Amino acid sequence: MPQGLRDIRRRIRSVESTRKITQAMKMVAAAKLRRAQESAEASRPYAERIEDALRSVAADASASRMPLLRARPVQRIGYVVVTGDRGLSGPYNANILRRLQQEIAGGGEAVFFAVGRKGRDFLRRRGHNVVKEYLGIGDYPRYHQAQSVGEDIVAAFTNGEVDEVRLVYAQFVTAMTQHPSVQVMLPLKTPEGKAARQYIYEPDAEAVLQALVPHYLYALLYRALLEAKASEWGARMTAMDSATRNSEELIHGLVLLLNRLRQAAITNEIAEIVGGANALQ
Amino acid sequence: MATTFALSVVTPEREALRTDAEMIIVRGADGDLGVLARHIPLVTAIQPSVLVIKTADGEQQLAVTGGFLEVRGDVVTVLARTAERPDEIDRRRAEEAKQRAEERLQERLADLEEGRAKLALQRASVRLQLVEDGSRTAV
Repeated sequence: MPQGLRDIRRRIRSVESTRKITQAMKMVAAAKLRRAQESAEASRPYAERIEDALRSVAADASASRMPLLRARPVQRIGYVVVTGDRGLSGPYNANILRRLQQEIAGGGEAVFFAVGRKGRDFLRRRGHNVVKEYLGIGDYPRYHQAQSVGEDIVAAFTNGEVDEVRLVYAQFVTAMTQHPSVQVMLPLKTPEGKAARQYIYEPDAEAVLQALVPHYLYALLYRALLEAKASEWGARMTAMDSATRNSEELIHGLVLLLNRLRQAAITNEIAEIVGGANALQ
Repeated sequence: MATTFALSVVTPEREALRTDAEMIIVRGADGDLGVLARHIPLVTAIQPSVLVIKTADGEQQLAVTGGFLEVRGDVVTVLARTAERPDEIDRRRAEEAKQRAEERLQERLADLEEGRAKLALQRASVRLQLVEDGSRTAV
């Protein structure tokens, strides 16, 4: 602990400016979280309609000929790992990567599609095979970014480079809670449930299914990117909130100490003066 | 008054349009396709094209760059990759994209690449077609 009064004042000033920064970052995070949630909301109608359409067409077409829907013996798994590009987001990135590690602990061949710098750096450091990386998704993920990830994994799956594709990302629960989860993306499971109605398809059900499946996959990926971004901002907001609170606590303690020391110094001085005055009598 | 149906044009990022329409025209997998109220339930892929929407108040046009059309009952949904009004189109960007795509098609490309370039060309042409039509009617 710093002892002199001046040291303590300096320390208080420094903690105060840290607090200002974390407080500002918390507010920025809250605003971006709101934006991310709005984008997620805006993406819902499209995702729901494409899911509906796929549900009906999958019931009507023979799905067996669609390579993207067909499971095969799994030799090599491709992981799409969605993390943030930046830190200062509490345990957000670490939690996702821990979940990934559990997932790959069993061994087996794996290749990685790293979305986000944190995940890529982690995987590289450990000597994993990162076949593609997508950095700079930014604060507001766009659909075409999801689509290019989608196109790459579709290509890898169809070429036989991977036999299964899993997505690792943080599901958004609340601003305080994010849930790292793993989902199988390919082979794609068509949405379950009964088709709402009978359609006619142009030119035919198989062709429509063929066209629809990749778009459904992109929509799923897009939703995951938006959700991951909301989780990231939620985690960052929570982290910055507790950092702000910690600095307040620290400042409070330091102010107390400062006052006590100052009072002690004053008491000491008075005692000396009184002592001096008494000596003169 | 003609019978109308509920039309919504949705893209992955937003709902671009929601209106009551009397008729829409769009390019389906097999060619141009007009939809009136009480159309039979239908799902088809659509090609990059100008989506024409006729409403009680007149006509609107949107450039859609591929996607799907779903008709069910009196609800018609256009699921488009993108959907833009004439004033939302960046003309210079579309022209550049068109030129780029044409150049790429000049080279000999792998099938996949060629398909992509063709689609890019189609998208750019549709955008340009819409801005050019729009400016002509405006004059």
